[in-house]
Amino acid sequence: MVGGWAIAVHGGAGVDPALPVERQEEARRVLVRCLTAGAAALRAGALALDVVEMVVRELETDPVFNSGRGSALTRKGTVEMEASIMDGRGRRCGAVSGISTVKNPVSLARLVMERSPHSYLAFDGAEDFARKQGVEMVDNSYFITEENLGMLKLAKAANSIMFDYRVPLTGADSCRASAGLVADVGGELQMMNGLPISIYAPETVGCVVVDRAGRCAAATSTGGLMNKMNGRIGDSPLIGSGTYACDACAVSCTGEGEAIIRSTLARDVAALMEYKGLGLQEAVDYAVKERLDEGKAGLIAVGRNGEVAMGFNTVGMFRGCATEEGLMEVAIW
Amino acid sequence: MGWAIALHGGAGDIPFSLPEERRAPREATLRHCLDLGVAALRANRPPLDVVELVVRELENSPCYNAGKGSVLTTAGTVEMEACIMDGNTNNCGAVSGLSTVVNAISLARLVMEKTPHIYLAFDGAEAFAREQGVEIMDPSHFITPENIERLKNAKEANRVQIDYTQPIKANSTNDQGDSQIGTVGCVAVDNHGNLASATSTGGLVNKMVGRIGDTPIIGSGTYANPFCAVSATGKGESIIRATVARDVAALMEYKGLSLKEAAAYVVEKVPKGNVGLVAVSANGEVTMPFNTTGMFRACATEEGYSEIAIWPVDSNGISEDSQK
Repeated sequence: MVGGWAIAVHGGAGVDPALPVERQEEARRVLVRCLTAGAAALRAGALALDVVEMVVRELETDPVFNSGRGSALTRKGTVEMEASIMDGRGRRCGAVSGISTVKNPVSLARLVMERSPHSYLAFDGAEDFARKQGVEMVDNSYFITEENLGMLKLAKAANSIMFDYRVPLTGADSCRASAGLVADVGGELQMMNGLPISIYAPETVGCVVVDRAGRCAAATSTGGLMNKMNGRIGDSPLIGSGTYACDACAVSCTGEGEAIIRSTLARDVAALMEYKGLGLQEAVDYAVKERLDEGKAGLIAVGRNGEVAMGFNTVGMFRGCATEEGLMEVAIW
Repeated sequence: MGWAIALHGGAGDIPFSLPEERRAPREATLRHCLDLGVAALRANRPPLDVVELVVRELENSPCYNAGKGSVLTTAGTVEMEACIMDGNTNNCGAVSGLSTVVNAISLARLVMEKTPHIYLAFDGAEAFAREQGVEIMDPSHFITPENIERLKNAKEANRVQIDYTQPIKANSTNDQGDSQIGTVGCVAVDNHGNLASATSTGGLVNKMVGRIGDTPIIGSGTYANPFCAVSATGKGESIIRATVARDVAALMEYKGLSLKEAAAYVVEKVPKGNVGLVAVSANGEVTMPFNTTGMFRACATEEGYSEIAIWPVDSNGISEDSQK
């Protein structure tokens, strides 16, 4: 279809194949809820930028995915969140990193874009700006869930096991069993960023939208990598890596942050369209297949013509999309 | 083929009337850094080592906006950032928010080589620096009287400046009033086509505390892959939105443009007065386009071409400085 609005959301690429059914259902419910809200807004004529912000706020507030409440924990057991937002019209952008008390990092990123002379603020400076803007602030403990505290312990154990044994965990390793690790596909343990997938939990969230006027926008938000070094910045707040929007399309990525940065994944999808003349899905497929090398990641994209495209080289990506034509689809595998 | 190197000390509204006492030390530093880089390439040092050592030298020079001589935040402090990328492997490292590390570019390289991450910032980066035992100094070490003056002027003019070689006068007739000398950088290729890029900066005068610019953002201020290596300078916010460094390489790879064509195209698309860059290709070509009044720059190739310049060369290809 040419024209019309479209929306896509993701809750992370790289899913534990042994994820319990209740967890899968819970994730689907959240994605459906967000898509429905986004679609309703678009039907009512909302702007792309407003819709991506609204949907990502919803995902941040829900503890299911790795953003806002429910964020992965740093090695010190704290939460440091980051987010970015980009308006395809004019390619305005805003980003934040090192956020520890702002309830909705994506909204702070938007304020950086609209109320500061800069594009990117981080750590103390970003928190000061937040205070001055009067955004909703909470204690860092608000973002921390019991489940993630447990995951952090496992991540630390997995790191020390791997360091000690220097062998990849495969088959029926007893240390794997004792660390409570699961998830092998075809006898091979699924790993991402050096962690078994059940612990890695790469559930960055993102949303891309094209509105009725053909304007594209993208937003991405995350708590980052489980057990990351304090101060570590991933791909989500980096324009061109985790997030990108221009006149032609909007893209949001998820997965191994370092791989996404190295391949400037989000910008590359748009560059393939702009400079190589590929269509949206072709560009997405090319980027995922040719640009990631050994890296594991996924992305969602919309085009100004109302198209939606998604791609991932991981086992699964929490995702969903809806179009003005009436398509509504949520999937994990 | 053959080696090539290019380096910059920032693009901006550099006035033609720049007095000798402000111009001479900057040119001398460019010459010195170019000599160091060329010697290293002739000695077969890998480009990754070459760009790091040249940028270290630029950071140590107080007359450029990186390391010592960095411009100040609105709080009167220094927050430095840097980024390095290896064109062969696409490996990269970046740091932001440093206040005590003498050579941010070297810390960026350590992030790349000694951590599973690409980018560390603020307290976490400073802690990593201490773990690694790199050279640190009291924050006051990096602050120069010129920059205290610049900050004072910027606050009086109530403007965020990108940096400039002349103090702003309140009644400045420049429409932006700012000259943009925000960054230092170096790109190099050896005669096997190995490429590397490095960029370092103190950022914008009077920037908000915590502000991150284009320099540490892979694909914006810094980029290298098997096609080319790019280091950009100018107004960070414009460079980020235009993903300048990645776009030069993408145009070569996806549209088949030459290095010069790709770089010129990208620079032209950014609003005038906002960007400059240096780039080298796997074939040993060099280009240094800018859409500002001037850009402190220098380059050399194995074929024997060399140039040190501030303003555009004239149509005969001769710049005032290149024959010195």
